[in-house]
Amino acid sequence: MPHAVFMVIGALLAGAVFALAWPSPAGARRLSLGFVLLACIGALIFGLDALLTGMLWTWRSDELLRPIGGVALRVDPLAAFFVVIVAVTGIPASLYGFGYLQALDARPRGRAMHALLSGFVAGMYLVPLADNAATFLFAWELMAVSSYLLIVSAPDQEGAAAAGVWYAVMTHGGFLALLVAFVMLAQGGPLEFDAMRGTALALPSHVQAAVVVLTIAAFGSKAGLVPLHVWLPRAHPAAPSHVSALMSAAMVKLGVYGAIRVLIDFMPPLPPAWGGAVLVLGVVTALTGVLYSVAEAHLKRVLAYSTIENVGLVFVALGFALLMRGYGYGALAAMGLIVALLHTLNHAVFKTLLFLAAGAIVHGTHESSLEALGGLIKRMPHTAILCLVGVLSLAAVPPLNGFTSEWLTFQLLIAGARFTAPTLAIMLPLALAAVALVAGLAAVSAVRLFGIAFLALPRSTNASEAREAPATMRWAMAIPAAMCVVLGLVPTTALTRLTAVTSDLGLPMGQLDVGFALELPLVGSRLSPAGIALLVAATAIAAAVASRVGRRWRTRVDSAWNCGRIAQSPRAEYTAAAFAEPLKRVFTGFYRPTQEVTVDVHPVSPYFVRAMTLRADFAPWIEQAMYGPLIRAAHRLSSHTGRLHTGSIHWYLALLPVALVLLLLVARWVQ
Amino acid sequence: MIAAVVLSAGELILLVTLAPAVVGYVRWLKARLQGRRGADIFQPYRELRKTFAKGMVIADTASWIFHVVPWVVAGSTVAAAALVPVVSANHPTDLLGDLFALMALLILGTIFLSLGGLDPGTAFGGMGSSREMTVAALTEPTLAIAVLALALTAGSTSLGVIAGTVLANPSYAIGPGHALALAAFLIAMLAETGRLPIDNPATHLELTMIHEAMILEYSGPYLALVEWAAALKLTLLLALAANLFIPWGIATTSTPGALAIGLLALLVKLSLLATLLAVLETRVAKLRLFRVPELLAMSFTLALLAAASSFFTR
Repeated sequence: MPHAVFMVIGALLAGAVFALAWPSPAGARRLSLGFVLLACIGALIFGLDALLTGMLWTWRSDELLRPIGGVALRVDPLAAFFVVIVAVTGIPASLYGFGYLQALDARPRGRAMHALLSGFVAGMYLVPLADNAATFLFAWELMAVSSYLLIVSAPDQEGAAAAGVWYAVMTHGGFLALLVAFVMLAQGGPLEFDAMRGTALALPSHVQAAVVVLTIAAFGSKAGLVPLHVWLPRAHPAAPSHVSALMSAAMVKLGVYGAIRVLIDFMPPLPPAWGGAVLVLGVVTALTGVLYSVAEAHLKRVLAYSTIENVGLVFVALGFALLMRGYGYGALAAMGLIVALLHTLNHAVFKTLLFLAAGAIVHGTHESSLEALGGLIKRMPHTAILCLVGVLSLAAVPPLNGFTSEWLTFQLLIAGARFTAPTLAIMLPLALAAVALVAGLAAVSAVRLFGIAFLALPRSTNASEAREAPATMRWAMAIPAAMCVVLGLVPTTALTRLTAVTSDLGLPMGQLDVGFALELPLVGSRLSPAGIALLVAATAIAAAVASRVGRRWRTRVDSAWNCGRIAQSPRAEYTAAAFAEPLKRVFTGFYRPTQEVTVDVHPVSPYFVRAMTLRADFAPWIEQAMYGPLIRAAHRLSSHTGRLHTGSIHWYLALLPVALVLLLLVARWVQ
Repeated sequence: MIAAVVLSAGELILLVTLAPAVVGYVRWLKARLQGRRGADIFQPYRELRKTFAKGMVIADTASWIFHVVPWVVAGSTVAAAALVPVVSANHPTDLLGDLFALMALLILGTIFLSLGGLDPGTAFGGMGSSREMTVAALTEPTLAIAVLALALTAGSTSLGVIAGTVLANPSYAIGPGHALALAAFLIAMLAETGRLPIDNPATHLELTMIHEAMILEYSGPYLALVEWAAALKLTLLLALAANLFIPWGIATTSTPGALAIGLLALLVKLSLLATLLAVLETRVAKLRLFRVPELLAMSFTLALLAAASSFFTR
């Protein structure tokens, strides 16, 4: 079975080679995506097997990557779980590509995009499997660079270059932080993860603090923790949809993986303050993400902000786990970790679905703003129903998978409040309230996304001429949709496997389930999503039967009543902006909306208005406040260094020895 | 076990059939308080019968969502009602879900109702949906904290367990934790069910309506279903308030005598709470939509105080 890892990587390599070398572009697309699909299926089987058997497997080679320390791979339940997450996202995303990327055949960049996809997926499989700093950083960089190139090389995307710059800066800042954190963790020893597990136990407290901060910053920048989230809403709309799905559902989650690996696997129990800080960071992230996702009009940016929200929720549970581990409540910590992992999986599944659906909408209408959509349910019926499943998961309603993780998060915070010190008396209820608010706002965002895009009348000609997505794209969406339902109805399938992960990390957890129902020993509450689903379905069907018996319904189709207004035009419909307006008013302090009204009056009298325009927007002031000074400083610095560039070759030649001497001095000082 | 299932099915049927009467009672009492004669409390049944028998007009812009909504709303509300302990605290549906599941089922109904409002593409429908979802989202934290306050003392979020704990320890019920949580819960309930001062169930005044705006395009049997579900939502939340916060009288055994007392107690408590609602609706004016968050913030503060005091008194 261990050879499966090499087969997966080999298949991805073959995918890249075929993408570049196959004679016909269409064949190159099919072959390379086929290999990615095969690799993902293989990885899924391998990951599930490793999770079920609890296999531990290590492999190392000093020949490969010798200059930076050799390659080391290790499979443990945590790594296997994240391999499964990448595979679960990768299978639909690569299948989707068959139809979705047809337009790329005619373009010179098409082949490169297919090859990059293979590299990107390979990087994502290697990150959780890496067992030393060199392999980890190599895989991390492979993933980052290939996704960067995928973003900037997407055809016809305005702002792709700018998005790429944001992404590159954030991800390389994270890389640097990670590098420093690893070096500090190793304490001068070898940069092997096993060695770090030993050295981490004996770190001086200030070094430990530095490592924790650097780890959270590094992985937070990948996961999209506020305030390091700025690249997400820029990069996701720029990338092609199957890449957005992979980035949002899988790559972002590897930030979560890294945080768990370092903060729980390597580190001894941290002082509770760190857990508290992560929890607060999670709450802030979730609230920021959901508030922007409610107000945003660009389809994929809505989803990107919703990813930020969900990452926030994952970090709430993770912060809770760290907090409880710090206090020494092992069972509560294990529960927190399980909830974090389960939500990671659930979010990966429904966000894959939603990004693919967003791609289908853009593919079918060439519109990406909610304000230009509408009425798609009639033109794209299959996409609509699949998207509805994703949207309901996002809204966390039973019986879909989003609800299970929300329910567990609630129970988690209550259990924490029940069993722990009074210092948490205010913190955990506030966190619970915030999570509940996030859930409520996510429901608003979900209704708005589906209701504005798919229901009512088309708001543009493009929307009224929408085309249904090709079969491969629909099948690709059906896979995560089915998983949303299955994971929602029988969450125990995933949950029981997760106990293996936590006990491997030294946090054993008792039994959580009774048959199909979840039972939490610490709060004595029970949830049976399948039972609830059955109840809803049974009553709905009973009502349908009962009210149909013995009479025929007289139904007439006519124009909408609308309180007596006869003419109905798309211009009178509620828009995405209007839908979010009440919330924008409630949270004025957060959105800081700007409004600009221009009235064009007749020259004769100001009472005759000829035209009125209203521009309403909101300022992402947090971003401006945080990054504005940084960007200005970078500009100043570059204009200063720009002065060095006189264009004279003699001047440059003179600079070379100066730089050399400086470097030698630095090297001597370091030694 | 079978007896318990039969009993809880009976409780569900009771709640479903009682729901229009609760609405009728509130309307009648409001009319009396406002110096009108008012229709008797059985009027909603007659209205439902009439509406069920009528033909339907479906907007030509509507999609299949419009047809699915009434069933999902009815199904989810009835399922939520099935989780509520009505006359007996031994409730087999505790095995299915708890208070959070109940809230989530109600949200499921709200979401579909909002989709139904958006579907025909009318301005009023969208307006109602947007407002309904906003109010629902802002109510969530209050409800969650109120549940937390209850769960801290009861050690569970299961409805039967909470009722049982309060029965066993009557001092909880008069403690600040419970009282504050009840106040918060009642305010949140007003928002959830679209009563004054958040929404006026008796008006079709275009610019202020929330719930009525969403269901404007529904007619005939679909309208009847949605109306019935709304009445059931009110009734189940009143029953919930009655049995979680003041559970006395609820049957703890399944003897006919205990059940009869439980039924009587339920009717008394429901009519008390409904009277309170009617008096409140007569006394207060509707709030401006953008003042609603202030009211919800107040109830949130109450809930938070409730949670904090449960902490220190547990």
